[in-house]
Amino acid sequence: MKYGEKPQLIKEDGTRLDGRRPEEPRPIHMEVGVLENADGSALVSFGKTRVLAAVYGPREPIQKYMVLPDRAILRVRYHMAPFSTGERKSPAPSRREIELSKVIREALEPVVMTELYPRTMIDLFIEVLQADGGTRTTGVTAASLALADAGIAMRDLVSGVAIGKVNGKLVVDIDEVEDMYGEADMPVAMATRLGKVVLLQLNGVLSKEEFVKAMDMARKTLEAISEMQRKTLLEKYSKVLQS
Amino acid sequence: MSFTPFRIPIVPQLKKNMILSLIEKGLRIDGRRPEEPRPVKIVTHYLDKAEGSAYVELGKTKVIAGVKLEVGEPFRDMPDLGVFTVHAEFVPLASPSFEPGPPDENAIELSRVIDRSYRELGAVELEKLSIIPGKKVWIVWVDLYIIDHDGNLLDASMIASLAALKTTRIPGFKVEGDNVVVDKEATSGTLPLKEEAVYVHIAKIGDHLIVDPSLDEEVVADSRIAFAVSRDGRIAGIQKMGQGGMTIDEINNAMELALSVAPKYFNAVDAAVNNEGNEGR
Amino acid sequence: MAEEKIIVLPGDKLDGPNLEVRGLGRNYATYKLGDEVYAALPGVLEVTEEKKIYIPLENVYIPKPGDIVIGIVVNVGLSYWTIDINAPYNAVLTAQEFLNRPFNPASESLSLYLVEGDYVIGKISSFDRFRSPFITLKGSEKFGKIVKGKVIEIKPSRIPRVIGKKRSMINMLMEESGCDITVGVNGRIHINCDNPHIEDIVTLAIKKIEAEAHTSGLTDRVRTFLKDKLSNS
Repeated sequence: MKYGEKPQLIKEDGTRLDGRRPEEPRPIHMEVGVLENADGSALVSFGKTRVLAAVYGPREPIQKYMVLPDRAILRVRYHMAPFSTGERKSPAPSRREIELSKVIREALEPVVMTELYPRTMIDLFIEVLQADGGTRTTGVTAASLALADAGIAMRDLVSGVAIGKVNGKLVVDIDEVEDMYGEADMPVAMATRLGKVVLLQLNGVLSKEEFVKAMDMARKTLEAISEMQRKTLLEKYSKVLQS
Repeated sequence: MSFTPFRIPIVPQLKKNMILSLIEKGLRIDGRRPEEPRPVKIVTHYLDKAEGSAYVELGKTKVIAGVKLEVGEPFRDMPDLGVFTVHAEFVPLASPSFEPGPPDENAIELSRVIDRSYRELGAVELEKLSIIPGKKVWIVWVDLYIIDHDGNLLDASMIASLAALKTTRIPGFKVEGDNVVVDKEATSGTLPLKEEAVYVHIAKIGDHLIVDPSLDEEVVADSRIAFAVSRDGRIAGIQKMGQGGMTIDEINNAMELALSVAPKYFNAVDAAVNNEGNEGR
Repeated sequence: MAEEKIIVLPGDKLDGPNLEVRGLGRNYATYKLGDEVYAALPGVLEVTEEKKIYIPLENVYIPKPGDIVIGIVVNVGLSYWTIDINAPYNAVLTAQEFLNRPFNPASESLSLYLVEGDYVIGKISSFDRFRSPFITLKGSEKFGKIVKGKVIEIKPSRIPRVIGKKRSMINMLMEESGCDITVGVNGRIHINCDNPHIEDIVTLAIKKIEAEAHTSGLTDRVRTFLKDKLSNS
């Protein structure tokens, strides 16, 4: 149910509104260990979308009944800052934020080795500082960096990106305008080394062939994003090897 | 805020082992084949006071969908369109794991996933639901009531909402200046629906994919994924759920499975809608 | 002995039959998939001709019996104190353990002895992850309440470097500074010097070890650093 004047999202020469090629993500920037208090933290931006993630724990939960005897409980909050959007966003949690907190938590459950920390809680707080499309996938990418930074055992990093369909064409890493006027938005997150898809949603309509192609585009992009995450962590630790 | 579930129903270890060992042989605890959904029972016109309604049983899972039409104001940025909204309640009588209170993340997820598929397909012709352009439109409320939870609430809820929407009538009304007077006793037409979809929910247990998981199967599943499938076989929504990952091959297989099962659900809806009243109260 | 050091990250394969995992136990730092072993934490992999040594660079401190830890009192109960040991689990120090005599909560208050914010040094006596860790104060005259000096906190993963091979680093730190230094494996270090200014210099030296943990010739560089700072003071 899109409304308003629809811009031409794919130009004559096949490039997108902001000049990108269909399979080209926005400029990606990653930093780890950006917060003093948190046990682990990361700041990740995809173009203008910028997300901060922080990890606390594993620690004893304040509510003593919130424990499992054989593993840690993950507690995830995806939240958008009031100034992150065009119109001010109310800071109260929306239904959208509640759903996204759940899908992000479920994306991290397969990689975090929660069985090592029974009776504890691992808190993961994700704040969207600026929203320009792809906030949940940027959030999950930042979250996995923050978990590694916190020294919480993980089977793999998690990387996320949204594939979209705009003007009938599949494109990688859609921004807000492409999401608003496009035909489909498919956020995907993977633990690429394990070859596992850990987050997948589709808002929009795709044919079977388009879906298969979109998943393949997602995998290729996520392998590259995973390498960027590794590079970010390697840079942080290279210091301990060379003075 | 989302927590790792810590109040999930406990499946006894022996039962869990049985589910797993049967799956290895391509069998399921209730005798179904992996690709076989449970029997669907649909009763349309289940309620009098709703403009559309359906009662659905998917195996032992039971859902009521009620559609209410009310006159209201359109959204400012979409002044000529009616309003469509889906809401789900997991009422406490349905399961020992449901608590009274505002909808939890599972109820919110269910309603948003269903809402998205109708919205993205442009299923309800909202432009035909404008009464006084820019001022008065029909607001379509779809309320899903889960009354017995034996797994796969998504497929059951989607079928219930579709059967209810397909049998929804628009009340009679008169425009008097800027006011709309509604006569709920009369009928001015049926709800314009140009696209339809069903969800097919697939669970991965071990290395096996099964359609329409029961509650026990959901609890032991490694991962789950649901595909919304339109009448013409397009994918109109996806939601991956649960705590494990799936390979791309597994996801593609699940997608094929969903496309092959969807016609069964559509047939069940068609049979119920075309025999209106036969199965009713 | 040719030695190569590389950084490994979660999901990296740590193959080779002679893999040794330092610091944390193998189960806390690696995982198996089939027959292969993978890293679960960012770490350093030292590759020599004979073996591979994997040392995590970030980890959560998990208590185990026998660990010497430095804790902070976070709650005074009726018959025990709750102690933060920089771990996912708070530890318990009983009144009887601290006082070394029977204790009657009806007639005495524990806040006479230790209050919130006090530091204690002790040893983990029991812990099985299903019940809270307990602290014992038996075994060393250093155990008990810290009344003097300074406590600093570093990453628990860097503690083995502060101690050094065969205690080489910690012995050097104590000899050069003349201070008494107690290392808690939970990442807290007690520095007790006659002169508070020297405590600050030792703090800087330990922070240097934390930052450059896996560089070669670190002990000598820290010695030079200490000598230099101490002679200027």
